[in-house]
Amino acid sequence: MKTLVWVEHDGSAVKDATLAAVTAASKLGEVHLLVAGEGVDGVAKAAAEIAGVGKVHVADNAAFAHNLPENVAPMIAGLMASHDAFVAPATTTGKNIAPRVAALLDVMQISDILSVEGDKSFTRPIYAGNAIATVESSDAKLVLTVRGTAFEKAAASGGSGAVEAVDGGSDAGISSFVGAEIAKSERPELTSAKVIVSGGRALGSSEKYEEVIVPLADKLGAALGASRAAVDAGYVPNDYQVGQTGKIVAPEVYFAIGISGAIQHLAGMKDSKTIVAINKDEDAPIFQVADLGLVADLFTAVPELTSKI
Amino acid sequence: MKILVPVKRVLDYNVKPRVKSDGTGVDLANVKMSMNPFDEIAVEEAIRLKEKGVATEIVAVSIGPAKAQETLRTALAMGADRAILVQTDDAVEPLAIAKILKAIADAETPGLVILGKQAIDDDNNQTGQMLAALTGWAQGTFASAVNVEGDSVSVTREVDGGLETVKLKLPAIVTTDLRLNEPRYASLPNIMKAKSKPLDTKTPADYGVDTSPRVKLLKVSEPPVRQAGIKVADVDELVAKLKAMGVHS
Repeated sequence: MKTLVWVEHDGSAVKDATLAAVTAASKLGEVHLLVAGEGVDGVAKAAAEIAGVGKVHVADNAAFAHNLPENVAPMIAGLMASHDAFVAPATTTGKNIAPRVAALLDVMQISDILSVEGDKSFTRPIYAGNAIATVESSDAKLVLTVRGTAFEKAAASGGSGAVEAVDGGSDAGISSFVGAEIAKSERPELTSAKVIVSGGRALGSSEKYEEVIVPLADKLGAALGASRAAVDAGYVPNDYQVGQTGKIVAPEVYFAIGISGAIQHLAGMKDSKTIVAINKDEDAPIFQVADLGLVADLFTAVPELTSKI
Repeated sequence: MKILVPVKRVLDYNVKPRVKSDGTGVDLANVKMSMNPFDEIAVEEAIRLKEKGVATEIVAVSIGPAKAQETLRTALAMGADRAILVQTDDAVEPLAIAKILKAIADAETPGLVILGKQAIDDDNNQTGQMLAALTGWAQGTFASAVNVEGDSVSVTREVDGGLETVKLKLPAIVTTDLRLNEPRYASLPNIMKAKSKPLDTKTPADYGVDTSPRVKLLKVSEPPVRQAGIKVADVDELVAKLKAMGVHS
């Protein structure tokens, strides 16, 4: 089977989510990559170095600059004439583009796969991860999105893919990019961080989040996260949100501080290697999944932890 | 401008799903069913656009069993003007849903179709994007702000790492994210009034759409259960355990 993997990038570097998608695709067969954008030579070169990669298709065109699905999807559908599976990381970009490609191909997409069970069968979470479905496609081609935390990352180097330009591509003329507000930070990204420190509603305010959570994250070089309750209460922006409705993460260590452990939050972090919970309510559901639990007032315990660790 | 709002009847978000012991699915017998929360946000956004004078009519659509009528009545009670039930007892996949919605969009010629970004049962996150592909319209997915300006709509999208704004030519497809708005509750008088609002009943065959599944459900199982670990007595013990694992500054 020949797969075409969507390369998620920021214009200069390949994002980690791509590497997990490459691993998933390699279980199906030959791995080809697609790098789309404007001025993406550097990304294409980096992509060609990913271990196990065959061809790297490079669609360099102003119309592809901001991943507008109206422009990108028809180009991908064209490339699918010579591929059997389109595989995208289940990022907001992948989720935006893949179903548009699937419908153009008259294929029923399989979203957010957790494992490859056979040529056409996969597992995927349903009901916010409260159940796992095993499904089998009967379509001639596959369109998949891949949950990044469920697959090992392919090695970013060691490969020698052949770079090939994709001809054509045009602006469909029905959509345009206006602007973006992407948080710039020295911290690791939530979805690829080794350590995450998350705060919940028990913090009570954005000032307390700054005062209690941020110093611990600073000390550990960790990414910052939050529960939906903390986001809804306005303590932190939405892109901090970990959970079914936010980011799905699986770091080495996840600190859940003042987070009760609602199902929707657990769905986003329960695959973390070690979960540390600090909460003053000893019956909080978070303790049912925590490897290390501390029943304590977070306002005293966390600063103490920050000073001692 | 007319707005089309597809809504799905799903297991209520407060109910914990139970996997059936025979592995055929999640038990939906005698449990509370409600409108998919993202679809409620879609209905609310359509109503706000009508209140602003941007929209003139809101048509709610549901594809599902006879009981999906209740979901449509909820949309009508919130403020939709009329409803279409495409009745079927089969489980219909997003691709076939999108095909039915395409046929309805052809007939109704809406300026906007606003959908939930995903249904909280199957978590597919596909229907809006697929409908956009089939209609050839632009798509603004995971919206946290929607502003109609003349013959276009500007959509602020929740993306990894922050927000992005795109401008789409109308007609267009919008899918809702959580922070777009807070849906209203229907008032009792409006619930009463909704009972007399028009609701048409159709079938997938009326739209010439084959709904046979492309993806076979082989099995549904419980997710692996994580074992609870230990409770530490104090911060010192926590620090010691973390350091033993190699976690320190």
